[in-house]
Amino acid sequence: MEKGLVFDIRHFSVHDGPGIRTTVFLKGCPLRCTWCHNPESQKSEPETIRRTNKLDGKEYAATETIGRYMTVDEVFDELKNHIPIFDESTGGVTFSGGEPLMQPRFLLELLKRCREHDIHTAVDTCGFAAPELFRSILPYTNLFLYDLKIIKSDKHKYYTAQPNEIILNNLSMLNELGASVMVRVPLIPGITDDEENLLAIKEIVKGNNSIKRLDLLPYHHMAKDKYRRLNLPFELEDLEAYKNERLKEIELMFSDLEMPISIGG
Amino acid sequence: MMTDRIRQLRRESLRAINTLSAERALLVTEFYKANEDKGLPIPIMRAKAFEHIMLNKKLCINPGELIVGERGPAPKAAPTYPEVCLHTLDDLEIIHSRPKVSFKVDEETRKVYRDIIIPYWKGKTIREKIFSLLSDEWHEAYSAGVFTEFQEQRAPGHTVAGKKIFQKGMLDLIADIDASLERLRTTKDENIKAKMDELEAMRIVANAIIGYANRYADALNELAQKEEDEVRRNELLEMSSICRRVPAHAPQTFHEVLQHYWFIHVGVVTELNPWDSFNPGRLDQHLYPFYQNEIKNGTLTKDGAVELLESFWVKFNNHPSPPKMGVTAQESSTYTDFALINLGGVKEDGSDAVNELSYIILDVIEEMRILQPSSMVQISKKNPDRFVKRAVKITKTGFGQPSFFNTDAIVQQLLSQGKALVDARNGGASGCVETGAFGTEAYFLTGYFNLNKVLEITLNNGVDPLTGKEIGIKTGNPEDFKSFDELYDAFERQLNYFIDLKIEGNNIVEKVWATEMPVPFLSLIIDDCIANATDYNAGGARYNTSYIQGVGLGSITDNLTSIRKHVYEDGALTIKDMLFALSSNFEGFDDLRYKLIYETPKWGNNDDYADRHAVRVFNSFYNAVDGRPTYRGGKFRINMLPTTSHVYFGSKIGAMPDGRKAFEPLSEGISPFQGADRKGPTGVILSAAKIDHIKTGGTLLNQKFSPSFFSTEESLDKLVMLIRSYFKLDGHHIQFNVVSASTLRDAQKHPEKYQDLIVRVAGYSDYFNDLSEALQNEIIRRTEHESV
Repeated sequence: MEKGLVFDIRHFSVHDGPGIRTTVFLKGCPLRCTWCHNPESQKSEPETIRRTNKLDGKEYAATETIGRYMTVDEVFDELKNHIPIFDESTGGVTFSGGEPLMQPRFLLELLKRCREHDIHTAVDTCGFAAPELFRSILPYTNLFLYDLKIIKSDKHKYYTAQPNEIILNNLSMLNELGASVMVRVPLIPGITDDEENLLAIKEIVKGNNSIKRLDLLPYHHMAKDKYRRLNLPFELEDLEAYKNERLKEIELMFSDLEMPISIGG
Repeated sequence: MMTDRIRQLRRESLRAINTLSAERALLVTEFYKANEDKGLPIPIMRAKAFEHIMLNKKLCINPGELIVGERGPAPKAAPTYPEVCLHTLDDLEIIHSRPKVSFKVDEETRKVYRDIIIPYWKGKTIREKIFSLLSDEWHEAYSAGVFTEFQEQRAPGHTVAGKKIFQKGMLDLIADIDASLERLRTTKDENIKAKMDELEAMRIVANAIIGYANRYADALNELAQKEEDEVRRNELLEMSSICRRVPAHAPQTFHEVLQHYWFIHVGVVTELNPWDSFNPGRLDQHLYPFYQNEIKNGTLTKDGAVELLESFWVKFNNHPSPPKMGVTAQESSTYTDFALINLGGVKEDGSDAVNELSYIILDVIEEMRILQPSSMVQISKKNPDRFVKRAVKITKTGFGQPSFFNTDAIVQQLLSQGKALVDARNGGASGCVETGAFGTEAYFLTGYFNLNKVLEITLNNGVDPLTGKEIGIKTGNPEDFKSFDELYDAFERQLNYFIDLKIEGNNIVEKVWATEMPVPFLSLIIDDCIANATDYNAGGARYNTSYIQGVGLGSITDNLTSIRKHVYEDGALTIKDMLFALSSNFEGFDDLRYKLIYETPKWGNNDDYADRHAVRVFNSFYNAVDGRPTYRGGKFRINMLPTTSHVYFGSKIGAMPDGRKAFEPLSEGISPFQGADRKGPTGVILSAAKIDHIKTGGTLLNQKFSPSFFSTEESLDKLVMLIRSYFKLDGHHIQFNVVSASTLRDAQKHPEKYQDLIVRVAGYSDYFNDLSEALQNEIIRRTEHESV
């Protein structure tokens, strides 16, 4: 049976699509976003990290392996008794990453299995994958959570290590194919939140009928600790979190789009 | 917006100091001294004592209030019940000076106790009687903390008003008494004398409460004559004429029905000190016809109704639970007296019961933000999401109310216990989470049962390792057990032994209450005591149930899981080594303890490896208790709730295989051990739903959320979905503590800044400052479920 590399399965995730959801995180990503808040998701192989647990003031060193090869059955076993909750909440399963399309056959099998059980599926993608992979999963995907980060390709490449033409083309293709899409924009101070970039994102969203909703995801500090544990340098160490007034300003820029806009997920 | 009047009444109630009042004790002593030689039948004696109290206790009319009647002579002056439980002078000092849940006892009160009350009642109380009748084995188990006993210093009670008393006056009940008497005379009943006495007692107390109300009518009238403010004068006159009509006659207006209930409430809690005080139950249902009628006639406005309700709310808050002592104080360490207002649910015909008043009362709950009364919403699949969401929004403000109950599960529970469909639909939950058929059932909680202590005793072959006493049966040396199942069998035998002991004791206790301490006033209220001409305490109600409350399901699950995994499956250590580590309280076994805590599956994570043990223990407990007969002709049942007994029970247990150190609190209700749930709230509800809630009379599940989770409309919707999901899986109850751990830590450091901080403890809310430090720490540790 097809095996895939999973780095986490989290239940009661409430910001990754409608209802109460379980999110399956697949490991491996083609991008290297400087602000990435899941750095443990980037490499396509298991990694060992150290953490310390405290008990009565004493510290215990524990090692944790991030990433486990699992079969479709094993993943589904962890999902299936949540079905009553998915049903009740009109929720479902979200496949996230990393980039789930880095493991296309595994993802496809998982999506098919969910469809067999009438479970709503969402795929959280950076868009950087071959168009035919999108075509293959489309019949089994109820919703795409699609990241739009930076519209200028060279700047995109500078901050994420990849150009964005493929990403933008895939988004138009999903529109033509009649997919249902929710766009997510990471707001990173000084990187993605300048007016020019945000207006360019807005234009794309406006011209794309498949996009049903826009989520603005402001940068937060949660990732710092993770970088430390993974022994990775964190380039955005000194970045300040957003003030509410600034977020309101940004939200206002998008307010004339005819769709729900949310900030902070 | 709260009116000035309510703001003032609320402030006065919050400010009032809890004091102990000797007034009732003096009146009852005076009466018994004067009448003890008259040879009156017990029910008549009790009824006349009640009459004496009601006709002589001090009246209290607080400035500006709209509903009158206090339990003691003033707000938060708590009466005592020396015929049940006599406080010694030492007890009074403890009550006066203990750091938590204290009541000030002045010199005059102590003098009265020393000179009058103690000399008269010493040797005559229910408490002394009960303790003298119970066996040595019972006492040993009780002292060791295997179980508690609810009725050793408080009366059974544990019931809720049904719709009858909202539709009938005392004169109507007297007519019912006459009809019952008539039937008695025409049938041959071997207990005819006792039954006639009981009915006569009911008539005396019905008249006595009318007399009490008339005293208020007179006093209000007198006050009105002296009142210079015309508006207030008219109010006082109106209140006077209300007290003249109710509770003698059936109430006609919104104001009347609240005053009517309140007189009855005061009657029930003055007659004796029943558990859970008393409770109007399905308040939105009972009041709605009065509200609708007056709104239609233009004699009441919505604002007027809110003000009356808020005035009513303050009355509950004025009544702390009567001062508790000893084990009872430890298992129920709170001022709350557990009146739990029910909203929503279904009507008798099974349809959605949510009405306009349900929402208005939720507004009142949010605006009042006071400890008492407690409040809950019943959620049936037929109730609208809007109602659930409105209630979730109130819990967001972080004072732990209202809590959420599954009507459809409650109805199933009551039906499976053999109740009629209509009675089941008229039911709800009271106290913490206890299922009951309101107005028709006497459901006594008899005591908490310490599942983990039974395991500790099993691991020591019948001996309590804390005292070295052999208090259980010999179930074998654990070193000889070849498998986990052998150990479990031993545990089950030990469990059955202690349940037998508890039930044997319960029936002795029930007999004492049934034969020596009738409650004719409460018997008027609960059907079918009048028709059966039998007292509430003696099985007169339509349904009679006695509960044993299992405590520490999360801990016992983790303990058994840990033994299975490390001893019998992984072979990481022998049972002998485990027991040695436990007896050393893990001194020198840090690494083992780390493994037990961090490398062992735990209850609350939807992991069958652990959860199957919960199901197994639950079924053993259920099989040991359910369906066994009680003294008064009812059945024993189980429920799973702790109040604060998980802290007390923890203080009676040494270190355990889940890594818990000696004397620390156990898990509460059916919630995971504090901090053991790491898979989020859906993991918790899926674990919790693995036990069959329909076989219980209530389970308690506590979930702590940080306020940030409630920040958006969307996340509120998702909480509604979480509640609905749990209820679809037959979960009985869930409550939310919404406060950040850092806030609580700060509150511990600076209690003075957080005097208004109310948190959900376990089936009820309490002031954070009034909790013991251990309980405060536990609440801080409970997992905060940050949104993913």
